[in-house]
Parts: sequence; structure tokens; C-alpha cells
Amino acid sequence: MADEALFQFLHSELIQYIYKSGANGETENGKNITKLEAMGFRVGQGLIERFTKETPRFKDELDVMKFICKDFWTCLFKKQIDNLRTNHQGIYVLQDNSFRLLSQLSAGKQYLEHAPKYLAFTCGLVRGGLSDLGLKSVVTAEVAGMPACKFQVMIQKV
Amino acid sequence: MSRQSNRTTDNKKMNSELFTLTYGALVTQLCKDYENDEEVNKQLDKMGYNIGVRLIEDFLARSSVGRCQDFRETADVIAKVAFKMYLGVTPSVTNWSPAGDEFSLVLESNPLVDFVELPDNHNVLIYSNLLCGVLRGALEMVQMAVDVRFAQDTLRGDNVTEIRMKFIKRIEENLPAGDE
Repeated sequence: MADEALFQFLHSELIQYIYKSGANGETENGKNITKLEAMGFRVGQGLIERFTKETPRFKDELDVMKFICKDFWTCLFKKQIDNLRTNHQGIYVLQDNSFRLLSQLSAGKQYLEHAPKYLAFTCGLVRGGLSDLGLKSVVTAEVAGMPACKFQVMIQKV
Repeated sequence: MSRQSNRTTDNKKMNSELFTLTYGALVTQLCKDYENDEEVNKQLDKMGYNIGVRLIEDFLARSSVGRCQDFRETADVIAKVAFKMYLGVTPSVTNWSPAGDEFSLVLESNPLVDFVELPDNHNVLIYSNLLCGVLRGALEMVQMAVDVRFAQDTLRGDNVTEIRMKFIKRIEENLPAGDE
């Protein structure tokens, strides 16, 4: 099934719609990112629910993160996270050297400013997934050079 | 030490669920943003159109289908190749009009509505209306103007989902002025 293209197109329509519906301005921009992220959160929850139905319980936080980097990422983007780093105090950095949703954009600096739009939904996916596995978190993303990006996950201690 | 993973989750299934759930999130957002469902239907159709216009290129590149000779062939390609490729289902082509310019695509199951229940206050909403837009947009790019609408929908209690397609006209290719 080649519905990957389908998802990519839908994803870009989503972004376009959210950005069209809000008036443009700096505050609005933040709001739009939040909207996209919230949508991703809901989708991430649903996916994890269905995906971990048959899996044994995770040992610890790190185990969960490994699962996100390997299995979850493979299912979403057909590849694993390239690099996972942690300070062992609840901060994880997930690096993807060729993030799929950015791979359609030019690799130069031309569209760098638009990159955050394309990451918000995925931040939500990760946050939603983690929240359903019992980890409250804040997920942010940054792009230094296309199409590589880093997701930073901060686990909130309850 | 990685733990024994005995996961047999089907990657493809997961990926189509990603699409389904994302679509659900979109419809939810639209319902929040617009007061009435008519407007939501319109938006979904518009987005579908935008997707269709691009998707046709992906499709032609991937499937190596040539130009169709008539509308019947078009119907077959849509049902047997395109739907199978992108949604993993094969609708049946039925109910041809005598003139051969109208047919129905009948879907036993609609992948877009996998986890959906329509609340009572949304009886005007055509949940999968994106599909209509996609079909319209894609066919427009191969010089066919068609009218696409949902005739039956499992979400509204029908037994099957039926998409009715009507051929309107062939779009003439206009050469730019001064081009010989």
C-alpha cells in the first residue's frame, strides 16, 4: 500500500488549512503550531493504544524511549531514529538525519523558516504516544539544516 | 539489553491507521472551526481537490498506466489500481448509466471511517468527502471534468459506501497564445 504519499499530502493540506484559517501574525503563528501539535497529540494517543495492545510492559523510561525511536518511528516514517541521546535526568534528544516530512522540501536554507510547521504535528505524535504510556512530557523540535532535525523530549516528573 | 520483541504489528496497517487517525483529527478540527456541516463538506472537498491534483502525478509515475480510451477504462483504473494502491481496498464498479457516462464505486469498507461514529447532530456531514475532491482533482489533471458525490454512506446506516461519478466533459487543452 502506497499510502505514504497520501499521508504526506494530507499533512501538508493540514498545515495549509491551519495557517490559512488563522490570520497571520507572530502570536497567531504560535497558536497555529499549538493547534497542529494538539492534533498530533490526539493521533499519537490513538496510534499507541492500538500499537502496544500486544506488547509486554515496558521496564522503564529508557525502554519506552527506545521503543519510540525504533518501532514507533519505523511504523510512522519507515526508518528508525538515527541517534538517541539522554542526560539520564529525563531529557532525551532524538535525532533524525533525514526526517521524512521534510524530505520533500529543498535541502538548502530557502525554506528553513517554514520547517517548524512541518514538525509540530510530529511533536504532538510523540507527546501523545508518551502520554498514553504514562509519561508526561514536553516535546520540541529544531532544525539546523534540512532535512535533519532534532526532537527534544523533556519528561515531566509528576 | 533489548527485550524480546515479539511484535508482529503490520507496518502497513499502522501506517494506514496514521492516515485514518490524522484524517479524523482534521475533520474534528473542521467541525470545531465551522458552525455548519455544509461548510465542512465544502472544505474537505477543497482539500481533497488540492491533494488529487498532486496525487495524480504520484499515481501516474508509480503505476505506469497510459491514457484511458473511454470512461469505462477510467473507472476500472480508479477502482482496481488507484484505490488499491492508496487505500488498499478495491471497490466494485456498478450501476452504469445507459449512456455510459455515469457509474458507481461501491466500497464494502471505507478505510477512512475505521474508528468513527457520527454523533446525531452531524447528519449533514459527509465524513469522507475528501475522497470526492481527490477524484475530481486527479481526473481534472488528465482532462476530465467529472462530478463526484456520495450516494450512500455506511456511517449513515447504509450497507455499503457508494460514490457516484458522472462524466461532464473532456477538458480541451488550450495552447498558450502564440504557441504553434
